[in-house]
Amino acid sequence: MGWLDLLLTADSALRLATPLMLCAMAGMISERAGVIDIGLEGKMLAGAFTAAAAAALTGSAWAGLGAAMAVGAAMAALHGFACITHRGEQIISGVAINILASGLTVVVGIALFDQGGQSPPLGPEARFRPIVLPGVETLSGVPVLGPLWRELVSGHTLPTYLALAVVVGAWWMLGHTRFGLRLRAVGETPAAVDSAGLSVPGLRYRAVLIAGLLCGVAGAFLSTAHGAGFVREMSAGKGYIALAALVFGKWRPWPVLFACLLFGFLEAGAARLEGEVLPVIGRVPTQVILVLPYLATVLLLAGFFGRAVPPRALGTPYSKER
Amino acid sequence: MTAPAVRLSGITKRFGPVVANDAVDLEIPAGTIHGIIGENGAGKSTLVSVLYGFHRADEGRIEIDGRPAEIRDSADAIALGIGMVHQHFMLVPNFTVLENVMLGAEGGWRLAGGARGARAALARLGAEHGLEIDPEAEVGGLAVGLQQRVEILKALFRGARILILDEPTGVLTPEETTRFFGLLATLKARGVTVLLITHKLGEVMAATDGVSVMRGGRMVAHRVTAETGPEELARLMMGRDIAAPARPAASAPGTAPALEARGLGWRDRRGVACLEAVDLALRPGEILGLAGVAGNGQSELLDLLAGLMPPQAGEIRIGARRITAADPADPAEMRRLGLAHVPEDRHRRGLVLAMEAAENAVLGYHHGPQAGPPGRLSPAAMRAHCARLMARHGVRPEAPSLRAAAFSGGNQQRLVMGREIEADPAVLLIGQPTRGVDIGGIAALHEQILGLRAKGCAILLVSVELDEILALSDRVAVMAAGRIVAEFPCAEATRERIGLAMAGIPETPGAAAAMAGPGAAGPAGGGGGGPGPADPRH
Amino acid sequence: MTRLPAWADYGLIPVLNLGLAFAVAALVIAALGEDPAAALEVLVAGAFVYEGALGYTLFYTASFIFTGLAVAVAFQARLFNIGAEGQAMLGGLGAAGLCLAFDAVLPALLMIPLAIAGAAAAGAAWGAVPGWLQARRGSHIVITTIMFNFLASGLVVGLLSGPLMRPGQSNAETRALAESARIAQWHEIAPLLGLEAGRSPLNLSILLAVAACIGVWWLIWRTRWGYALRCLGLAAPAAEYAGIPVARITVQAMAVSGALAGLMAVNTVLGAQGKLLINFTAGFGFTGIAVALMGRGHPFGVALAALLFGALYQGGAEFDFEFATITREMVLLVQGLIVLFTGALSQMLVPLVARALGRA
Repeated sequence: MGWLDLLLTADSALRLATPLMLCAMAGMISERAGVIDIGLEGKMLAGAFTAAAAAALTGSAWAGLGAAMAVGAAMAALHGFACITHRGEQIISGVAINILASGLTVVVGIALFDQGGQSPPLGPEARFRPIVLPGVETLSGVPVLGPLWRELVSGHTLPTYLALAVVVGAWWMLGHTRFGLRLRAVGETPAAVDSAGLSVPGLRYRAVLIAGLLCGVAGAFLSTAHGAGFVREMSAGKGYIALAALVFGKWRPWPVLFACLLFGFLEAGAARLEGEVLPVIGRVPTQVILVLPYLATVLLLAGFFGRAVPPRALGTPYSKER
Repeated sequence: MTAPAVRLSGITKRFGPVVANDAVDLEIPAGTIHGIIGENGAGKSTLVSVLYGFHRADEGRIEIDGRPAEIRDSADAIALGIGMVHQHFMLVPNFTVLENVMLGAEGGWRLAGGARGARAALARLGAEHGLEIDPEAEVGGLAVGLQQRVEILKALFRGARILILDEPTGVLTPEETTRFFGLLATLKARGVTVLLITHKLGEVMAATDGVSVMRGGRMVAHRVTAETGPEELARLMMGRDIAAPARPAASAPGTAPALEARGLGWRDRRGVACLEAVDLALRPGEILGLAGVAGNGQSELLDLLAGLMPPQAGEIRIGARRITAADPADPAEMRRLGLAHVPEDRHRRGLVLAMEAAENAVLGYHHGPQAGPPGRLSPAAMRAHCARLMARHGVRPEAPSLRAAAFSGGNQQRLVMGREIEADPAVLLIGQPTRGVDIGGIAALHEQILGLRAKGCAILLVSVELDEILALSDRVAVMAAGRIVAEFPCAEATRERIGLAMAGIPETPGAAAAMAGPGAAGPAGGGGGGPGPADPRH
Repeated sequence: MTRLPAWADYGLIPVLNLGLAFAVAALVIAALGEDPAAALEVLVAGAFVYEGALGYTLFYTASFIFTGLAVAVAFQARLFNIGAEGQAMLGGLGAAGLCLAFDAVLPALLMIPLAIAGAAAAGAAWGAVPGWLQARRGSHIVITTIMFNFLASGLVVGLLSGPLMRPGQSNAETRALAESARIAQWHEIAPLLGLEAGRSPLNLSILLAVAACIGVWWLIWRTRWGYALRCLGLAAPAAEYAGIPVARITVQAMAVSGALAGLMAVNTVLGAQGKLLINFTAGFGFTGIAVALMGRGHPFGVALAALLFGALYQGGAEFDFEFATITREMVLLVQGLIVLFTGALSQMLVPLVARALGRA
């Protein structure tokens, strides 16, 4: 694999990592506040469908993005209603959301478009187009930096840049704002938050809703930026990989970003190496590469290397004792 | 005269049928240190929870600084200048000191802005009150005394003028306690009103200006500290003596112990020593009562003896078996060795509330014949066994197929007690046998215990109810801070001697001063006001 | 906490929650411009009335019984087994692997029991590992079982497109299994008994499913192991107090759970398809969660819930033919609603019902 190959793989890795980053940040915000979110997959899928449907109907990618975020937030509100208000099992609620999304997207899709659950293909104006960053021309003659800028940094769609901004924003929010401080506290020691005169459910609802919005963006990326329309089950387990990245990154923004990029790179590499014959290894076992994220997460969680300590109050509904 | 900092009138708080606070009145002059003492369950914690907005009172009025106040939640309390240091700290362990202090009072949506002010305020408060601390240290890694310091700083940072301290010294080492009393004096000098909830008489005598005594959810007396003494307070706290039932003499003291512990030690995850060098011996036909304020190592001792935790130091001998850190035993093995255990917390441990009484009647003995023939679990066998047990031990209603949760507290406890007695143990550990049991049920439970003693069982009775200990025990040992600090034969065990030992006041008069910190106004213990009749003002 | 009488807790509340789920589904159907009553009619006819319909319904029921029991057994120990899907895949590999190796030499009488044991053993192993990781290494069983689903899927795809792939073929599937490895189907047997039956994949595995229900009931309520399992699930501190070996029971519970999920492959691979296909589990492992929740973790409840879901699956397929706007995916929606209302929101109606019954 030459240098340009590597660059192209990295470029595609960044694209593949975009929904992972958005969902993993969503999961991080929800889980740092103490609410388990295994419904990332479902919210992203619903977001993807909504974005495609709204974009197809209005012809605007922006309308699609807005609608996807609204639906993501609505499903998140349902999750919150079940696990915060009614103190239901967070795992079960997440499973319910995933199944609901699977069913609803197809049912509504067929009712709306009658194309077997797909949306009509989206034209260029209804999609987010690659953005060519300034300087591509200027730098084109420069060795290394020129191709790097052109192939890797420039030419992504808005949601990809947005995802990177979200990571930075999430890092800043968690570590440097009042809301972030309270969020982290409510996921660790909700009693301390309550005793400080703050509302535990209020904070958790806000975290869960932000997660919904971000999953909506991830969905919009899938159907209106990466793809050109909605296809059944198009989230294809990415929400679960994001969950793995979240655990693998130990619920911290930068390590989670690294995990997302790594997992994206593995997927891009697997696609690139499909069917190729390398020296020594022979035919590349792409399946092995594709399951590496899951394997790594299992091993990490079991403490075979490093230690992933989840937020202390994760999964426990809060109630005043006595 | 200025208005009192706190005036509570007629505060009543019920939890379902339980009246935790019954028309409680309290008045605390501004700028004083006021103690509230009482046994476990006397209603102290509920009262301060009402004051801090954790619970809302069903009836009664609150006045702060002379103005009527409505306290709906902690935010209201904080706004009124009330701060609270909970017995179990409300700290986020993986936050820094600064983050913990700022939580809820960040001073703007960006942390950086507020942090500068907060750092300066911490430095100022630290210098003023002698509460210096590294603001960037992670709280989980701090010693308990420093964590408490963070809690106090949190309250002061929010401008608290009234500080509630709930059992503040329970978790502190002696040196930390000494330093803590110095701090109380400084706070008072700065005009802070302190409300000190405790059951340690020595601390009340050493540190407070006034003291209120609670018992059974009621306020039974108010005293000026200088005009009372530990003996009177102990009597007010405990209530009147109840004549102990007549008992046959214990077995000969020379008998070999059925269970013996030597040098038992155990530290929790934070490294706090819960048990240190505990020796005890249980002889057949004898009840050893273990008195002490809750949380002084009794629970850990029971867990160790029952095989629920391995000892970290020392050994337990039962029969020919030696149990050590290297060679621990689990609860199943302890049962096989003839040890039965009535746990302190019957709701969490002693029973599976969602299961039938019949299934609970074999809990821990489910491998035995009472659960059915080998290889099969037989509901019929379990119900028959349970019906026998219920008849013999007076469990009502006699309905083996009823869920355990449906029985009253007393009947649940008789079920547990009956189960353990039916195993015909050589050693029985009993934790808090009458907690949550109505008065009528207590006598029956005591009879069960005495009946087992008559059959030659060696019994360890752990209870925070002194009456119970006195009524049943042949010997009384007192536990404080993880050690057995005193032991009396039955005839010499008086309420006062035990109460003083529990409160950490040694019997030799000279040593009493060691308990009093620098904040002590005068010699503590022994010297205060003479004993007088209990005279509740309300 | 509010306490309800047992009949309300076990009867009324689940029925009300189920009603809510169906009511919401009906609203969705109405919103899509179709008649909910007509949809119900189509569903019932499609599940029970048409020729062979009942056979299909019962075929699905058998699969759901296995995965539902799998989730229920783990749930008795308060373990969330989200991994029934992966365990079922491994069951398929176990059964098909043994068949591919031995179906040429072994008679049906040996081959089929061996394949069944292989399915159970492979599923058990795939369940036991996450159990062990939770009991001994502190991994969260939910995350681990989710990851194991993907690992199983990768394993199946890898093997089916490699070593196990039918020679000279490009589809990722095994060769057809020999007759000796096939479980007889009902429409083949019925004529022997003088009965008529429409073609359907219903096979004798349903007897195994019924036996599994009874077996699980017996295991949980009639053995000391089951007693320990229930204690652990209902009150872990009490289980410790009783000297129950918590780690060992956890691993064993997950092994039993995985074995049951693995048995689903007997119904689909040996009983219906006769070869191992990619995606033969079709998400039934996740349906098992809904089945277990609706069945309230009791084997007989699971059987009833499995029948309901079997009918939904089969009857729902008719939507594709009868309606323009609603399709079989409607069933997924209903399934999601059932998980939501009978699972996550199961306590929502309790205060309301308590008030209605006059006990607040």
